[in-house]
Amino acid sequence: MQKRIALKVNGRPVQIEIDIRESLLDVLRDRLQFTGVKQGCSVGECGACTVLIDGVPVNSCIYLAAWADGKSVTTVEGIAQDGRLSPVQEAFVEEGAIQCGFCTPGLVLSTTALVESGKRFTHDEVRRELSGHLCRCTGYQKIIDAAERALREAEAASE
Amino acid sequence: MFDICELHEPGTLEEAKAILAENPGLKVIAGGTDVLIRLQHGSLAGAGLLSLKNLHALEEIVMLGDGTISVGAMAPFTTIFQSGLIRRHVPVLCEAAVSMGGPQVRNVATIGGNICNGAVSADSASTLFALDALLKLETSTDERIIPMGDFYAGPGKVNLRPGELLTAVLIPREGYEGMGGHYIKYAMRKAMDIATLGVAVVCKVREDRFVDLRIGLGVAAPVPIRCFEAEAYAKGKEVTPEVVQEIARLAVKPAKARTSWRASKDYREHLIEVLAQRAVAEAVKRGGGCCAD
Repeated sequence: MQKRIALKVNGRPVQIEIDIRESLLDVLRDRLQFTGVKQGCSVGECGACTVLIDGVPVNSCIYLAAWADGKSVTTVEGIAQDGRLSPVQEAFVEEGAIQCGFCTPGLVLSTTALVESGKRFTHDEVRRELSGHLCRCTGYQKIIDAAERALREAEAASE
Repeated sequence: MFDICELHEPGTLEEAKAILAENPGLKVIAGGTDVLIRLQHGSLAGAGLLSLKNLHALEEIVMLGDGTISVGAMAPFTTIFQSGLIRRHVPVLCEAAVSMGGPQVRNVATIGGNICNGAVSADSASTLFALDALLKLETSTDERIIPMGDFYAGPGKVNLRPGELLTAVLIPREGYEGMGGHYIKYAMRKAMDIATLGVAVVCKVREDRFVDLRIGLGVAAPVPIRCFEAEAYAKGKEVTPEVVQEIARLAVKPAKARTSWRASKDYREHLIEVLAQRAVAEAVKRGGGCCAD
């Protein structure tokens, strides 16, 4: 069964005929070539496939592509602007919060959602809000440091 | 790809009920964080889906005229956790909501889906049970409101009649007003884990005596349970460490814990006693009393 959906991906309108059996992950990676969306566990545990749907972090592997109709989807490809890394991406680089990089797109997106919420987060809340991502390389300290740096800098910039 | 043969996406509740009345074999999908995983594992192969995703009216959390708090079945866990109304009146439900899954899962997983899956480990179930919550079930022609306890029929089994949809969870005023509460989820990890045991306690303490106490347990039996004997024992008793200890001891009695790869029966029973004691002590504090050690 096919369905025609219209959505925005990284700000650009996309119209595409999808199979209702496809996940949003399938469509983003295999049809639209946004390979920054990683396929990890396929059951919503690892967070590698995280994208923002209308600004909210969601595991795209357990989200029907059909549901994305009318939505605005952000993948890691849409985070840098005009070839410049976003402040969140810069923070990950500065803190050395990347090793193999497989979990990074998802973590950058979840952190971006935190920054864009404009809210303040305690250390424990940052850990909680990033707890839906698994990193199998380094442990989480540098990742948490990067997120806190990005939040701190965003707050300083808004004052 | 998910092994599904059709997908219905009604835009209104009326439409959804009509479609389900005509096709009672459809599998209802809400947030999809359980259903799509079961499809991924092949256990629902070939299913036709009725998606409630577009029923935004069912995401509302409101207080009704009589003080009942109505949580729409399609309210995601994040919405519940962030709801000012829930935080003000039923903070223990915030605690339970934020213990479920991880952020990305909470952003889409709904309270209705959590209940209708019938999982004994459902983080919302034991808490709602302790709050004396009611479930509103609707078909195209009928509606009924039943207590949580009548809904669970066995592991993964619930009393949903053909054509019936859960539309709201109702927490009556007497269920939450003036009650202190605490939910303890015991699991191997602090996030993205399924409870080894869940203990929800709400209580009202006045002049150092238990006026009311309710305990809900998850993963202690094939379905979420209440500890009625412990609750009856507590009523009118002075809040002392000995009484709290006895409540916790009695809380183990209705349990039918079993040994699984997650934990042994003995360990689970031990957890019930220890965690019930801690949860009661904390709920007492929040409910206006103190429990001197």
